[in-house]
Amino acid sequence: MNIEAVKSIYFFEMARTRRTLLQSVVSPVISTSLYFIVFGAAIGERIQQIDGVSYGAFITPGLMMLTLLTQCIGNGSFGIYFPKFTGTIYEVLSSPISMLEIVLGYVGAAATKGLMIGTIILITASLFVDLSIAHPFAMIFFFVLTAVTFSLFGFIIGIWAKDFEQLNLIPMLVVPPLVFLGGSFYSVDMLPPFWRAISHFNPVLYLISGFRWSFFEISDVNPLASAVIILAFLGICMAVLTWIFRTGYRLRN
Amino acid sequence: MASIVSVSNLSKTYASGFEALKGVSLEIEEGEILALLGPNGAGKTTLISIICGIVNPSGGEVTVNGHDVVRDFRQTRSMIGLVPQELTTDAFETVWNTVSFSRGLHGKKPDPAHIEKVLKDLSLWSKKDNMLRELSGGMKRRVLIAKALSHEPRVLFLDEPTAGVDVSLRKSMWEVVERLRASGVTIILTTHYIEEAEEIADRIAVINGGEILLVEEKDALMTKLGRKQLRVDLAQPLERIPDSLSSYNLTLEDDGQSLIYDYDTSAERTGITALLAALAETGVRLRDLSTRQSSLEDIFVEIVEAGR
Repeated sequence: MNIEAVKSIYFFEMARTRRTLLQSVVSPVISTSLYFIVFGAAIGERIQQIDGVSYGAFITPGLMMLTLLTQCIGNGSFGIYFPKFTGTIYEVLSSPISMLEIVLGYVGAAATKGLMIGTIILITASLFVDLSIAHPFAMIFFFVLTAVTFSLFGFIIGIWAKDFEQLNLIPMLVVPPLVFLGGSFYSVDMLPPFWRAISHFNPVLYLISGFRWSFFEISDVNPLASAVIILAFLGICMAVLTWIFRTGYRLRN
Repeated sequence: MASIVSVSNLSKTYASGFEALKGVSLEIEEGEILALLGPNGAGKTTLISIICGIVNPSGGEVTVNGHDVVRDFRQTRSMIGLVPQELTTDAFETVWNTVSFSRGLHGKKPDPAHIEKVLKDLSLWSKKDNMLRELSGGMKRRVLIAKALSHEPRVLFLDEPTAGVDVSLRKSMWEVVERLRASGVTIILTTHYIEEAEEIADRIAVINGGEILLVEEKDALMTKLGRKQLRVDLAQPLERIPDSLSSYNLTLEDDGQSLIYDYDTSAERTGITALLAALAETGVRLRDLSTRQSSLEDIFVEIVEAGR
């Protein structure tokens, strides 16, 4: 194992976060605060408690997931796409480093950033609403696993993307609808039966539901199903990456 | 001398169907400077990229110091430094950080003293805290060399290292290359400046259309393929070449002011003595004589043209 190389990539990527502190950290905190002001304070006042949880607290896990997914995909994809775009990828490809180590460096940094920002949002949220975490280990399980899985997913997008439009396609056009329609701001029980049934095909619903269960013990779907879905998606991402590394797809071809 | 890089029957066909390498075989000897010459699209960069691990080969085998570049990539890549053709740098990184990053990527522990030496050797020390975007093109080129030297490679690939570099910087870069060679580093360079290859290389390989056309000691190549040209400036211009001189392969230039005679230095007889006697017999008066050795560039063009 080339530990020095993994460390080099990891700290190189983390250094970018330090250089772009405003964009990386302050911006998600401000947007989350705005969500709390709009949905929590302005609209939330008019919404009754959901399953015994105040609306402001209810949306916190969804907001954390929204940011976690967006950040992890964004960081994971940009980390590998940018060297491809500038051409500096030659150096990583010609180094004595395995593909697994490359992933550990880039995905590790992307997941770390996502987790940092998710934690900052949790702290910010606790300033607005009363929060309690019923199952801390389950919460950490969903939190970390989602960060790693979606950083891996972002990494795949970064390898696949040929230009900035493709790079932003999934983070901008696919993820927000899935998150917004995945019960971030409501319980799917509030939907008419048809849309409720449709929602169950949305994988993000399972992530948010499981994560929310770890906070408040309320969920739209069985928490075990949530764990299975996230593990399955992690498995799919790992399988796709294995294929990419075997074939050299868009990296060594 | 023992081979440090051994390329055997290497082929590469890209997904587009383009066949960049067609069964290339090449032995690179330890401690030499090998110049890889070839026109654009000849396969130079593909060959280098496969040896360095950037591109997967379609067939054949490459070993570096006996290790296979695919199977034993850790051993081979830690021995290799690569300076790419394109000026690819992280615009927002400092010189120090980017060179240190390269060392880490190659699995070497941080060694500030070595990085300092490399930067000083390349006259980059005063720029160590500058961001790369603040540097000129020539400076960036030197940073790429510093990155390639950060992990103390045994084999250094320089892909068009002097493209877009001014004359004084080019000279100082060749001084660095000479010092590296003196320290035992094997250097493979591609260049469009053939006079550079002529000046610095020990051996020349010519590649075109994905095939190696020849690999020769530079001096032997110059002698073997080197044609010389005798230029005879005449006191009185000639309208045409006299019949008595028709057996010589002469051409008339400068409105009949000069006769040009091509001859082969390696031939048993150059024919110069006979030609001069024949000129005297014909009554042609000479004003001056000069000879010119064909350059590596002439030889290169000749080989590539012959290969077409």
